[in-house]
Amino acid sequence: MSHTHDRTISVEALARVEGEGAMHVEVTDGRVDNVQLRIYEPPRFFEAMLRGRCYLEPVDITARICGICPVAYQLSATNALEALCLGSDHRPPAGIRQLRRLLYCGEWIESHVLHIFLLHAPDFLGYAGAIEMAADHRELVEMALRLRKAGNQILEVIGGRAIHPINVRLGGFHRAPTRAELTSLVGELEWGREAAIETTRLVAGFDFPALEQEHTFVALRPEPDTLPPGATGYPIDGGRVVSSTGLDIAVEEWPEHFHEEHVAHSTALHGRLRDGGNYLVGPAARFSLNADRLPDDLRALAEEVGCTPPVTNPFRSIVVRALETVYAFDEALRLIAAYEPPTRPAIDVPPTAGTGHGATEAPRGILYHRYTLAADGRITDATIVPPTSQNQPAIEEDLAGFVQAHLDLPDDELQWQCEQAIRNYDPCISCSTHFLDLTVDRR
Amino acid sequence: MNDRIGRPKVAVFKFASCDGCQLSLLSAEDELLAIAGEIEIAYFLEATRDVVDGPYDLALVEGSITTPSDAERIHEVRRQSTTLITIGACATAGGIQALRNFGDVDEFRSLVYAHPEFVETLGDSTAIAEHVPVDLELRGCPIETGQLVEVINAILAGRKPVTPTSSVCTECKLAGNVCVTVAHGTPCLGPVTQAGCGARCPAFLRGCYGCFGPAETTNTPSLAGWLTEHLGIDHPELAHLFRTFNADAPAFRSESRRQEAARR
Repeated sequence: MSHTHDRTISVEALARVEGEGAMHVEVTDGRVDNVQLRIYEPPRFFEAMLRGRCYLEPVDITARICGICPVAYQLSATNALEALCLGSDHRPPAGIRQLRRLLYCGEWIESHVLHIFLLHAPDFLGYAGAIEMAADHRELVEMALRLRKAGNQILEVIGGRAIHPINVRLGGFHRAPTRAELTSLVGELEWGREAAIETTRLVAGFDFPALEQEHTFVALRPEPDTLPPGATGYPIDGGRVVSSTGLDIAVEEWPEHFHEEHVAHSTALHGRLRDGGNYLVGPAARFSLNADRLPDDLRALAEEVGCTPPVTNPFRSIVVRALETVYAFDEALRLIAAYEPPTRPAIDVPPTAGTGHGATEAPRGILYHRYTLAADGRITDATIVPPTSQNQPAIEEDLAGFVQAHLDLPDDELQWQCEQAIRNYDPCISCSTHFLDLTVDRR
Repeated sequence: MNDRIGRPKVAVFKFASCDGCQLSLLSAEDELLAIAGEIEIAYFLEATRDVVDGPYDLALVEGSITTPSDAERIHEVRRQSTTLITIGACATAGGIQALRNFGDVDEFRSLVYAHPEFVETLGDSTAIAEHVPVDLELRGCPIETGQLVEVINAILAGRKPVTPTSSVCTECKLAGNVCVTVAHGTPCLGPVTQAGCGARCPAFLRGCYGCFGPAETTNTPSLAGWLTEHLGIDHPELAHLFRTFNADAPAFRSESRRQEAARR
């Protein structure tokens, strides 16, 4: 059938992703020979804008790279600058580290729930979007909104604002919340934990298109002695960089193992391993490399819903996101119970000449920051590597594999499933500091 | 638009931005489904792949104009829309990416990209109102969800939306906060920044950093002089204070330029 032999599938504007992107697939003689995830998010030049600014400012400025995961930017920046100015062995007091991890749990909940219910579930249930889905599944969408709100409330109480929190600063916070303020969150978080468990069971029952991909996974893995009281060891706000191929390095060794390429068809720089291979960051990588760090009851839940490491079907990432949402509620409750209000909301971080590296696990995967400072604290160089740039080569590889295996599908169905394959990675296109405008060849 | 049969058609358009302001609509957890029942969401790519052709009764526009193709696209958006509201600092003042307006965009481009020739961009990041007429501007980096809900409600009811144009100082006093500048010597842009956030930063013992942009009537030279005289804040910090998320809003732009010129 000639239809399966020569085809072009083009989606000019991807929906339900954060930012602007398009997809282009070409099939010749029954073989997929060109797959491009095209990014046309306009360039914003964050790394250039940071030059000459004061070292205290990246916390606020880089948050504006992404409205969905600003805390990831704030805390990767903090990690990098504190590693330089305080030394990588010196950490702020336990209470500050508890608040940071708790704040980050709020962002994981807000972002994961947005993706699970509002961006990704409509694909599995056959709706164009969550609003349309609400017509038939109102209770589900109401539960999603309440779950998001629970996450956003953590961000409001600790961060002072859900989107672009105002309370984070180098060395800690402008004001530390009281125990009572945190305790006021507990009731809704306990509800959220149960609702997230229900969510996990629900999404695990979705119908997953068949696709097995052997990606190299890269994720953080915290050293247990760096965790504040109440925290358990799944990676969120820092750790060493590990991979499924045996890499195990400190964050400051990042530039020796990873680099970014600028390709013509996409405005995002493409992340690669120094040996040339693609790799994958995000929930599937985190879970596959750190499942042993989950508490026993969560591991049991993962097993019950058939989610065991390694997660090689990218469509099942939604199940991992749901499990991580349960973890974030759980961890938030543990951190609140163990909260030790710091005597001062922030420690002093004196400017130091040199280069600092920092990374955290943004909801979509590792977010790496590097800053070089002059002795007076002026930034002379900044590098930011967001998760979506790192995942872009792997997303394209998935699309090629998926289209090749499903050439028998009619165009509209194949197109929707390809979009879904992209949404598996929750690509945050605005997150790419490096995205640039490109003249898209619109066919 | 209320005498029209059927629900008003609402579209959400994105230009250069972080997506945070359109996310504010999805973050109206308590109101979202009620609002969605009263309007037809005709174009909102972040939320749905269903696209209804224009014209639209209401367009919410996020982001600034930074590329030649976007400079054309905004005219098409305007042609298709009865009411056009800009949401957030990028759309109303060019956003953080307007820092390029004070530098050399070619240098920026080669700093970030190995192949700057692949990158198409304009020299400046500009507000939507510099390209097309705008019916209403919502300030903030990001906007306040409550203000967005108020604007949508007002439009559905056919009345004028209530959004304050006083300064953050007014809201701060109403909230009963202690003044962070007077009590703690913390620099604060509250006196010259438009209200609307409820004085979030001073409530967390931090100075306002101006994310709602300049208030209707401001005296930035007076504030700058005071900050130098009483708190010893000098160049380049003083210029940087005015040069963040609303750097290219006229009152903030002229103040940061004035500071720069004074030190040359």
